[in-house]
Amino acid sequence: MDAKSTTYLAGEIRKTALSMVYEAKSSHIGGAFSMADILAVLYEDVLHVDPSEPKMVDRDRLLLSKGHACSALYAVLGLKGFFPMESLASYGQDGSSFLTHISHYIPGVEISAGSLGHGLPIACGLALAAKRKARPWTTFCLMSDGELDEGSNWESFLLAPQLGLDNLVVIIDYNKIQSLGFVKDVIDLEPLIQKFEAFKWEVFTIDGHEIQEIYTTLSSAKAARNGVPKVVIAHTVKGKGVDFMENKLLWHYKSPNATEYQQALGQLD
Amino acid sequence: MLKDIVVLNEKETRGGFGEGILEAGRKNPNVVALTADLLGSMKLQAFIKEFPERFVQVGIAEANMIGIAAGLTIGGKIPYTTTFANFSTGRVYDQIRQSVAYSGKNVKICASHAGLTLGEDGATHQILEDIGLMKMLPGMTVIVPCDFNQTKAATIAISEYEGPVYLRFGRPKWPNFTPENQPFEIGKAQFLSEGKDISIFACGHMVWKAIEAGRILEEKGVSVEVVNIHTIKPLDVEGILKSIQKTGCAVTAEEHNIIGGLGDSVAQVAARHFPIPIEYVGTNDTFGESGKPEDLLVKYGLDTPNILAAAEKALIRKKH
Repeated sequence: MDAKSTTYLAGEIRKTALSMVYEAKSSHIGGAFSMADILAVLYEDVLHVDPSEPKMVDRDRLLLSKGHACSALYAVLGLKGFFPMESLASYGQDGSSFLTHISHYIPGVEISAGSLGHGLPIACGLALAAKRKARPWTTFCLMSDGELDEGSNWESFLLAPQLGLDNLVVIIDYNKIQSLGFVKDVIDLEPLIQKFEAFKWEVFTIDGHEIQEIYTTLSSAKAARNGVPKVVIAHTVKGKGVDFMENKLLWHYKSPNATEYQQALGQLD
Repeated sequence: MLKDIVVLNEKETRGGFGEGILEAGRKNPNVVALTADLLGSMKLQAFIKEFPERFVQVGIAEANMIGIAAGLTIGGKIPYTTTFANFSTGRVYDQIRQSVAYSGKNVKICASHAGLTLGEDGATHQILEDIGLMKMLPGMTVIVPCDFNQTKAATIAISEYEGPVYLRFGRPKWPNFTPENQPFEIGKAQFLSEGKDISIFACGHMVWKAIEAGRILEEKGVSVEVVNIHTIKPLDVEGILKSIQKTGCAVTAEEHNIIGGLGDSVAQVAARHFPIPIEYVGTNDTFGESGKPEDLLVKYGLDTPNILAAAEKALIRKKH
């Protein structure tokens, strides 16, 4: 693990996502930034994937359930060579496959998402398939905190331990802000650790912007085949990396104007 | 002639599903069964006994079941999800829409206890809107077989078809009259009689009622063409057109709301290609209630005399 190159990749993810969102006049940049470091670690050092063979049978699967924050995932896939970077210019444009909610038509993307609470049930199915077929892959599901309001997730949280899905790693991008309010004001998730423990999951808590900590935790969660599914609660900052976006509710939906774009880009360089 | 159709026995269509999934499982090791805590009602016991490692109990959690099934297909399996029709569709529509239909996943959504003939459990369980919900989803195949043997054949056939399928069947014992081990061709209407005066298009349990009504019409000297539309989507447009161009009027019969069901599909074919008088037999913008299946069919106007009355009306309209 080279923390320096991973940190560099995270910066490139943020800059690429920012440009895409700016050009397309789309939204959700705050939630893209909060998970950028996690994505950088996953694609740099944790996921067993091959950009030249995105459908490789025994690849690790990353399911982005918070599909609205897709700009960051498209960015890392482009930066890693799953498709030419130039194609990202079409993001959010008429006729493009790069929809502003994650699209399974893009190489390297496992599922379409947008309607929330879909990723984890599918991830359970993938993990179960790997178990039943005795395949080595690990299934990761990257979820938002607000998304935990959706009941379908809790059906999965109940069932995965029953099925012994120790090849499943859920990552919660806990940036504390959802569409139109703070998580604690909309539906407070706390105490979250105890909830997952009561559901018989192995729980990890990390700073979702500390590269080394993300790496150590995700790689050990991936390696441990101990009969128990894993959930990593990643404490993150919405809009991380740009001071006027950080922890601001506004930047769930706001699209940067030209001045804001230049300022943000300057801070990320 | 319709009078020549012989009832072999009376069996539950869901029993045909149970036998069908067992045979599909024997033919293809990728077939797996999931249930949301209704394995007995869904007649899965034999499959589970023979293939315990290919069964998943997800608990009373239908949304999760649909998602898991979508995930399993990515792993190469052919998941059959099983629960009642109400919980198979309305309860989990968004899961089916995004994670199965839009994603083009090879999930077989198998739904029992559809319609009024669920009986005593009443309106909360008697979905009469599911055919409409499912046929509106792009890429979704919708199959409503008419009896035990056909449900078995359809259950096997869908394992050999790549793509999302909704398979709808029911709870009560019902006349079983189609051949054992019949071939089942998805999207191909089944002509049960040839006639030149009127077409009766039916699906599911109502096919038998259409035969009963057709027999009475035959006795009255009316030449009736009874057609089993076991596949609502893709619809056999050619077969329907061939029939109505000959007969010039039609009745549709379904255990479903006439808004959004088989009747709408048939009417669209007629409206676009060959407008004729059509009368509808089905529930009319209403929920069901508790009762014995046959009593409910009478109360809600889905019985043999209702098909007869509709046919007479259609025949009169044709003359004018």
